[in-house]
Parts: sequence; C-alpha cells; structure tokens
Amino acid sequence: MSGMASDHLSGGFQNKELEEQGAIKADKVRLSRQDYIQRAAVLLAVLFLFVALILPLGTMPIKSLQNAEGDFIGLANFASYISNPALFQSVLNSLQIALISTGVVLTLAFLFAYGLTRTCMPGKKTLRALTLLPLFAPSLLPAISLIYLLGNQGIFKEVLMGASVYGPIGIVIGMCFWVFPHVLMIMVTALSNSDARLYEAAQVMKASPLRTFFTVTLPSAKYGLISAGFVAFTLVITDFGVPKVIGGDFKVLATDIYKQVVGQQNFQMGAVVSVILLLPAVFSFAADRLVQKKQVAMLSARAVPYIPKPNPVKDNLFLAICLLVVSAILLVIGTAAYASFVSFWPYNMELSLQHYDFESVGSSWDYYFNSIEMAVWVALIGTGIVFFNAYLVEKGRAFEPVRNLLHLMAMIPMAVPGMVLGLAYIFFFNQPDNPLNFIYATMAILVLNSVVHFYTVCHLTSVTALKQIDGEFESVSASLKIPFYVTFWRITLPVSLPAVLEISVYLFVNAMTTVSAVIFIYSSDTMLASISVLNMDEAGNTASAAGMGVLILLTCLTVKGLHWLLSQQILGLTQGWRNR
Amino acid sequence: MMAQPQQPITSAFTPLVKRNNAPYLQVNKVWKHYGNFAALKDVSLEIKDGEFVCFLGPSGCGKTTLLRAIAGLDPQSRGEIVQGGQTISLLPPEQRDFGIVFQSYALFPNLTVAKNIAYGLRSLKLSRNQIEAKVTELLNTIGLSDMAYKYPAQLSGGQQQRIALARALATEPSLLLLDEPLSALDARVRLHLRQEIRKLQRKLGITTIMVTHDQEEALAMADRIVVMNHGIVEQVGTPEEVYRRPINAFVANFVGTMNLLPVKVSGNKQVRLQERLINCRRYKKQQTAAAWLAFRPEVAAIKPAGLHGDDKHYEYFNGTVLHTEFMGNFLRIEVNLSDFQQSVQVDVSSQHTDLTLCMAGHQVSLAVPVNELQVFDRYDNSAATGDAGHSAVATDEVAA
Amino acid sequence: MNLTKSFKTATAGLVGVMALMSANVQAATELKVYTALESEQLRPYAKAFNQQYPDIKIKWVRDSTGIVTAKLLAEKNNPQADVIWGLAATSLLVLKDQDMLQPYAPKGLEKLSPKFRDKAATPSWVGMDAWMASLCFNTIEAKKLGLPKPTSWEDLTKPVYRGHVVMPNPASSGTGFLDVSSWLQLFGEDKGWDYMDRLHNNIARYTHSGSKPCKLAAAGEAPIGISFAYRGASLKEKGAPLDVIYPQEGLGWDMGAASIVKGTNNLDAAQKLMDFAVSKEANKLYSKSFAVVAYPGVAQPIPHFPVDAERLMMNNDFEWSASNRKQILSTWQSRYDSKSEPK
Repeated sequence: MSGMASDHLSGGFQNKELEEQGAIKADKVRLSRQDYIQRAAVLLAVLFLFVALILPLGTMPIKSLQNAEGDFIGLANFASYISNPALFQSVLNSLQIALISTGVVLTLAFLFAYGLTRTCMPGKKTLRALTLLPLFAPSLLPAISLIYLLGNQGIFKEVLMGASVYGPIGIVIGMCFWVFPHVLMIMVTALSNSDARLYEAAQVMKASPLRTFFTVTLPSAKYGLISAGFVAFTLVITDFGVPKVIGGDFKVLATDIYKQVVGQQNFQMGAVVSVILLLPAVFSFAADRLVQKKQVAMLSARAVPYIPKPNPVKDNLFLAICLLVVSAILLVIGTAAYASFVSFWPYNMELSLQHYDFESVGSSWDYYFNSIEMAVWVALIGTGIVFFNAYLVEKGRAFEPVRNLLHLMAMIPMAVPGMVLGLAYIFFFNQPDNPLNFIYATMAILVLNSVVHFYTVCHLTSVTALKQIDGEFESVSASLKIPFYVTFWRITLPVSLPAVLEISVYLFVNAMTTVSAVIFIYSSDTMLASISVLNMDEAGNTASAAGMGVLILLTCLTVKGLHWLLSQQILGLTQGWRNR
Repeated sequence: MMAQPQQPITSAFTPLVKRNNAPYLQVNKVWKHYGNFAALKDVSLEIKDGEFVCFLGPSGCGKTTLLRAIAGLDPQSRGEIVQGGQTISLLPPEQRDFGIVFQSYALFPNLTVAKNIAYGLRSLKLSRNQIEAKVTELLNTIGLSDMAYKYPAQLSGGQQQRIALARALATEPSLLLLDEPLSALDARVRLHLRQEIRKLQRKLGITTIMVTHDQEEALAMADRIVVMNHGIVEQVGTPEEVYRRPINAFVANFVGTMNLLPVKVSGNKQVRLQERLINCRRYKKQQTAAAWLAFRPEVAAIKPAGLHGDDKHYEYFNGTVLHTEFMGNFLRIEVNLSDFQQSVQVDVSSQHTDLTLCMAGHQVSLAVPVNELQVFDRYDNSAATGDAGHSAVATDEVAA
Repeated sequence: MNLTKSFKTATAGLVGVMALMSANVQAATELKVYTALESEQLRPYAKAFNQQYPDIKIKWVRDSTGIVTAKLLAEKNNPQADVIWGLAATSLLVLKDQDMLQPYAPKGLEKLSPKFRDKAATPSWVGMDAWMASLCFNTIEAKKLGLPKPTSWEDLTKPVYRGHVVMPNPASSGTGFLDVSSWLQLFGEDKGWDYMDRLHNNIARYTHSGSKPCKLAAAGEAPIGISFAYRGASLKEKGAPLDVIYPQEGLGWDMGAASIVKGTNNLDAAQKLMDFAVSKEANKLYSKSFAVVAYPGVAQPIPHFPVDAERLMMNNDFEWSASNRKQILSTWQSRYDSKSEPK
C-alpha cells in the first residue's frame, strides 16, 4: 500500500541513487493555455527591456571604440581622452564635487532625520513635507535661484566674501538642495528602524549620551548611511542640470558629454565619457545592492520601535537646525518664484508677468503642455508596464530563469545616468535600418525613454507591494480555475492600488522634471518645459527660465496634492476592506 | 474556456455514495528535486475515495511538497499521480480537480465574504441566481450567513478560515487539500474548527488530505495518517496503529511521547541490558544488535521502591523521582532510572496514585507491562528523535 | 475568453497609442526647418511665409549654431530636416562638404548681392543677412567698478578688465566661432592666438550661447559681454543699461544662410521656402534684426544699432573658416577649455 523506505538515516543510499540518475531531468509538465499566455507576457516584458534598454546601451561601448566614420579603432578614443588634460580634469572635478556634496548632504540629512525620529520637536510633519519641495522641480531651479541669491547681483552675494558662485561653490550648494530630499528619505527610514531595547540597555549600563550615540545610534543606522551616501554620490556625479546652469567653466563629466556631443559634434567622445560615467554609477549601484541585502537581514528581526522622550534642550536645538534647513529650501524656491516676476533684475524690481510670456523669448506655453502630455503618458503607460512586469516577476509560475532575468534587467536603469541613456537612444533609434526608427523625434521615444529611465525605483516599489500580498492567491485562483490575469485584475491590482498610485505620481513628477535623458532626443514638436528651462537659461533669459521652473514645481505639487486627496477620499471608498 | 475534467454539477452536497475498492488517488514513485536536494524520495501512496488523510511530519519533511505536487502547484520531478483513474501528474493545476485551503487563509482582502466564496463560480458559467443560491447555501453550511457583506479583515481568524473552506468547496471539487489550515489559530478555536471540518468532510464525503505538523490534530481528525520524515514516508496507518504500533523510533517519538532506552537485542522476545534480560513484545529480526526499548509514559505505573509483583506480565525499573508537573487530570513525573543512567517520563492519574511517591528525590519502582515494551532499531551516531525535538528522553548514549 | 480578448484589445490599444503619438496627422505639407535664428524671430518669419504659402506648415527646430550643426551631422544617415533657414554660412559650408545639401537656384536669386550666395551656378545655399560681433557694455556696473569704456579688441586684454569679460564658447556658439575666426584673420594666426591667450586672462567664463554674454551684461552679472549687435540693441530697447560697442580693429561677422537638406521628401515645398527666403519681403523681415541683408537697398537703420557696421565688417573668408573649423576648435579647446581650476 505504501512505499515505506524506513531507512531514513543512511544518507549514502540517497546520494548514490541521485548519482545514478545522472543529470536529474524533471518530467515536462504539460503547459496550459494560461502558462502560454503568461510565458508570452514574460517574454514580451524581457523583449521590451531588451529593445528599450539593453540594445541602446549596447551601442555605447561600440561607439566608443569607433572613429567618426564608424571604423573600429580599439581604445584610441579612451587614450586620447585620458591624454587630454582638459577632459581628464573633469573626472577629478566630478569626483571632488561628488565627495564634498555627499559629505555635506549626509551631515545635514542625518541631523534632520535625527531631529525627526529621535526628538520631540514640534511640527515634524510640516518640516518633513517641506523638505520634499526640491523633488518637484528640475535640478535647474535651485541653481537658477542661486544666481539670484549669490550671483554678482545676488541678494546675499557678500556671504561668499568675493568668491564666485559660478563654479564648484555653486554646484555643491545646488546639488545639496536637489539631493537632500532623496537622502533624507533613506536616513529617516534607517533611523526609525532602531531598536528601543538597545537604548534601554545602554541606559541601564549608564552609558553617556555620546557613547550611546557612537555605540548604538550610528551602528544601527550604518547601512542606511552607507546606502544614502551611495545614492547621493551617484545623483551628484550624474546630474547635469546644476553644473550646466551654475558651473561656469568648471567642467564635470555630465556637462562634458553634452559639450562633446553638442558643441564638438563628437559623438564618439560622448560615448567615451558615457562609458566612463557608467563606471562610478555601476560601482556604487553594486555596492548599494550589497549593503541593502545586509540591511534587510538586519531589519528582519523584530525590534521594539524607539519612542523619543521630551528633552527641551535637545528638542529645541534640533528644531533650530531643521528650521534652518527648511528656511534655506523655502528661500531658494521662493527666490526663484520671486525673480520670475521681477521686470528687469536688478535694475527694475517692479513686479510683472512679462517673463511668463514665454513666446516673447522664443519659448512657448506649448512646451509646458507637451511636458504635461508626456508626463501623463509616462505615468499611465509606465505604471501599467512596470507593475504588470513586476507582477510577472514576483507572482509568475515556473519559468524561473526568464523571470529572474526580467528582474535583473529591471535593476539596470538605476545604474544608468540619464544622459548616457539619452545618448544611447540617439545611437540606437536613429539608425535608418532600425525598424523602430519611426519613433525617433516623436513623443513616443520620450515616453519610452522616461519609462525606462525611472524603471527601477518603480519596479522595486511594485515588488515590495506585491511581496506584502499573500503568496497563495495565484494557487487559490488556479485551484478555482480562474485565469491569472483575472486575479491580477480583480485582486492584485486593487489591493496594490496605493503603491500603483504612488508609482504613477513618481513617474509623473520625474517626467515633468527630467532634463538629462530627454535633452538628446526631443524634437521641435516635442519640446519640453524642463528643457526649455535649460534653453532659456542658456540664452540668458534667466527670469523666464525660473518662471517655467516654478510652473513645473506648481504642477507637480498640484498632482501630488491630488494624489493625496485621492488617497484620502477615493481609496477610503474602494479600500473599505482596510478598515476593520 | 479551458478544457478541464470538471465534474458535472450535481445538486449541492450530495454525499458521494460510490465506495468501490479502487483507490481514488495514487501517488507512484514520486520524486521532487530542488537542485541537488531531494525533497521527496520515491514516495508512493494510495488514498481511498472519501478518506480523510493527514500528512504528518516535522517541518521540512516534504509533506507540503507532496501536497503541492498533488495540486500541481509545484509539479513533481519524476513519478506519477493518478486521480480518479486519470493520470494528472503532467496537468497544470487549473486542469486538475481540487480545492485548497492555506494556513494564511489567502482570502481576497478587497472582496466581501460573499464575493470571495463566489470567486471560483464564475468559471462554471452559472447564472447570477445560481451563484447567489450557492453562496447562501455555503454560508449556511459554515454558519456565517450574516457575514456575507463583510470584508475578511473584519472577521476573526476562525471565521476567515471557514470562509476559505467554503470558497474551496464552492466549485464542488472531488479532492480537498488543506495545508496546515489550523496552525494560525489559537488553541481553543483550533479545537472547535477541527471538529467542524471533520463533520463537514463526513457530510460531503469528499476525499481530503490535510498537511499538519501537529500530531494531536492528526490523531484526532484523520482516517489514516501518513507520517513523513526527510522526504520519505515512514508509516501509513490509522491513528491507533500509528500511535500504538509505531514502526520505528522516529514515528514512535514524533507521534505522542515515547521513552527510549538503549539496549541490545536478544532473541525476538527479550532484550539485554548488560547482564539483565528484559521481556518485551515479540519483535522482528533487527538489522542491528543495538536497539531501543520503548514504552509510552502512560503505560507505566509508579510503585514504592523495591516492590516487585507480577514478574511474568510486568518488568520493573528502579529509579529516583526528579520532578513532577501537575497537569490537571494527570501528573507528569520524570524519573531517573538507575540501570540506564537516563531519565524517562511517566504520566499517572492524579486520582489513582499515591502522591507521596511522586515527591522529588523519592526512590520508586516503575512497573511496565511486557506487552507495552516495544523494540526498535537503533543506529550508532544517530538520534532517534529526528527533528521533532519532542519531550524526548532518549539520548545518544550508546551502551558499551 | 472575453478576458483574453480584452487583454488583447488592451495590448493592441497600447501599440495604437504609441503609433498615434509618433504619427503626425496633418493634411497640409509640413516642413521641418532647422534654424539658429533668435527665438523671437521664428513666429514672424513663419507668419510671413504662410501669407504666401498657406498650405505649408513650418515646424521649427531651434538651437544654438553649434547644436543645430551637430544635430544635422548626427542625423546625416537619416536626415530629419527638410530645410535649413538661418544657420551660419560657415556651418553650411561644413554640411556642403559632407554632401548633405541639395543645390537649388531659388526664383529671384539673381537680385541678391553676389557676396550672399554660394558661388556655384546652382548654389547649395543662399545668404540672408549678416550679423556681426559687438561688445555689450553695462554702464551702471562699469561705473560701480570704475571700468573705462573699451573701444577696441585690444582694450579687452587690459588688466583692469580681469574677470569682467564674458564671451561665448566657439564650440557651441556661432557668434563665438566668428569671433575666434575673425581674430585669427584680422591679426594673423600667431598673433590671433597670442591675443586670445591674453584675453583668456580676463575672461570670467565662456558661455554656451552667443546671446548670453550680452544678457549677462544686461543683468549686471558681468560688465562686458562679447556678443552680437542685434542682441545688444534689443536689450537696450528693453531698458538694459547697455552700450553697444564696435571694436575699431574690425568686426567678425557671419552670414545667416538657407539651404535644402538632401534627401527631403518635401522637395517642392522646400523649394517654395527657398524662393521665399530670397524674396524682398523676407529680406525686409531680416532687416528688422540685421543691419546688413542680402537684398540690396532693403536694409534700414535699427534703433540703438551703431550706424557704421558695414564699414567695420572685415573681409571674411568663409571657405577658410569652414575648412579650418575643426582644427580651430580643437586648438581653442586644448588652450582654453581647460579653464577649470576653481578660482
């Protein structure tokens, strides 16, 4: 009646048995219609990322090894890059800027996050919300604002004691503003995950506050700090907007690509700089993944959340620090807004709307609406594609190697600087024999590029959300003979609605504010607001550039506000099940 | 729509009357590999129509793997599974005929109770009225008629698991798979729900497999128990068989508690402890000279030291009481046996025992009926306790 | 089955959407025109053209001279532009060298000054107007800083102007390039580079666009910007405290020019645009921003525009500039683009 191999203890028997079977071949389970549909979807997703990411990126190293005529010349381009002191200086400059900015931002963000998580200072929510402001504008905006604050006609130019804001000083300050919210988010997470029991233990052992800080607080936030450091470093080294506006003649890698391609008409050298720019990005990305893995392991243990106790001196000190940071952010944004209304800075400070007449400076409100159109498409299409692909990765059945490949591919965009992706898109899509050539110079290529550019964060958000859903929904629906896509539509999607909405807002905001990737692939019909900020600043129409930047900021804030309302109202209705 | 071996829809819940001898479900030489690790090793099983079978074993023993292979959720690497005369082992899950309930309930949180239950019914192409009637009927059956429009999160764990059961039964599958359905519930609810599940199963006559690591649950619910360990089936039998006549030390110790004492074999009705020969139940020829002498804690009686009586039907072991736990209707006493240098566990009725004997430090004599002394194989360098880590009193000590 | 179907429909819809976004549903002919004209000139130019040819719609692609040139070269294998209207002649010569221009003799070509056309019988390009280098000098900031008004290129190298001069980067800006090529022609190569060495000491920064130095001067960010005359005049009109100065050694200048891009699918419409570009009406438009235009007798004085422009314009050798463009830029870059030490 039953095979009773009672000999469970002699392991040798089983091993021998295994060896005799040689390569263990699994029986091929028959595939159902559903399996075919799902596998087709997975393959389609892989194909999508292959065409929209891998192939374009692949052109980059190839171009870097070719001369202008397209002949293979080995590493000659790299040799000439390194031997050119002017170009090589950019590498050093970029590193210098990145290190300083990272140091400054980490310190400020740590203090701020400490204030938010470890003190009882008032107004935490408001302070936190205000720090997010720089996320909703292109990185060009803080830089433009710095011209008005610290430029030669700046309100506070004395602060610099004669030093020029155009150059490393301006870049570092601008970067700090732009990167701050990104880093703060990571820091707050890292610091909120500390275990209160460790503090109680330290207290019992009568450790001094300073000792507690170095033995408990710092170590437990260690991985968060490292991760935040990598994020800041990568953002700074790959950002293009800030050095473009306020860098003066201080050359960095990101602006080099632009100059090589646009100014020198030297696409091969652009590819070389791209490849070089990819290195630190890929390195810090890999290091960050490693650290994150460790961090996850550390956090999975159950800890008691730390609840700060009131301490007037400490609370007020941190309130002061946080207020200072927030005022600086408000000052920078406020100045840009104010300057956009000033008739003729600094000679005629009367307020007027003339700078919003973008047509008079060769820009157009059309560009603003183009941006909105693109952002809406990116949000709609991007959310759909990313979330469904993440679903296939996370909840798909069998076919594991391909699903893992899909996951791996989804992680790549995070390591690819926007400019590199943009340039790769020119190389790839503008070949006349590329069957996808028809999307070149259209809205479609901008949408595709932006979806891919911001893919990873959305993918990770989706995967996190999907992981929180019961892993057996798919099994249950298979047993009930309901196809997986029905369950995706009726269950998984509605249950993940908060995450889905968040992704779409993230995509919208980033599509509105991005400059770096799209700068190479926009066309006259698809000129974008963010690029026109750059162009107007470039042409010296700084006030109008500030105006357009403020417009983008307000739009993103409005969308974020709508998202908030939606989360409050409509989610309350459709997600009634969340309330007990 | 998908081709599937769907049973014709008969009127709801007619108990299946056919009870022929052919097994309803056959598992033939099934292997499951994860890389080089074999989670199932040549497992074969037969389950009769209408039977309630429990897969019992410690975590990692392969019981859930086997269940998922039967469902097609994680197909076997090799081997064959036959259900109702049809080979199903190569079919995807949606073409097999089963309902499944998970430990996590896996209820759809955004659907009401009624919609959860109705979820699988749309694959049957029923009219709206039919669906409604069916849902109402199921809700009545599980006694939650007033919960139809609530969301799962508004219900207790026990209620949620009953909804999950109703959902699995809604499409009238001929095989019900329960994957640790009660593990997430508190003790009281668990007791209540296991009776209910059993009652419902009997009423519907549906062949049921339940995976559990709780031996008490298995003993209470199953028609037959399949004890598994390290990817193989150790024993298949009724609860009584498995409990009274375990086939080896692992089963003995995993199902209930068993005192295991290291001895050597001697003939087929005696074992030897150094010079002493101990009578025991007749046993088959052993593969090794080393053996375990085993008895259940409840078969021993506790007597004053030195008091020996009926030598023919009892064996006596001298020892010292180490400590006593009061368990309500019985006492659990740990006694250190001087002959074995090892302690054993004895359960005695709190009413029929001289409690003064049970004080720690007291010298006592344990009387064990010869008929209850069993012998199992003992391998060197091995723990008989397996992974279960129950109240095992056996140690690795090997007699010289 | 229904769901599979709706799934397919959704996919098809997505593809359709992508296709829609990439298609230009347009009844009339649409010309893609690449230009480096000043942004505010685009609308009036297109409007005037459409009064004569209402069926042809102009789609502008505007950027700095260097960028437009780079774009055209990048798209050499797959040209996106139909027509170039308003790009430096030196750039067009580079493109002609790459065989990217479609020769065409527009109607009325013979009426233009001979200087303003390709020498070939069927010219590859035709000129529109000339723009010339000039200095934008912020009088208010100069007074604050005690700077004298410069009158010559040589003046700009005086130590008193250290850190007060801004000029366009010749790699990206057409104006920047005409400055550099004019100095090399005016002073001779060796003395030209020597002049730039000395000028470099006084430069606060090199900007990307040609009009930005003048705008920086207008905003008081820098007292002196090397730019072009029209920009200075228009900013002064808007109320900037600027003087527009012509250095006395002579003025570098370049020609705005137009051409048809080889391989265009809209040759007929492109030719109509070329016909318009050489017409008197078009030249009247040019004359609003340029003191010198291709059609003789059309030019008129422009407010705030110094009057003696034509006299100061040097004898520019476009062929020389174009054929040496790459060489000049790489020399310039290796000498000055490394101005990267933080100051």
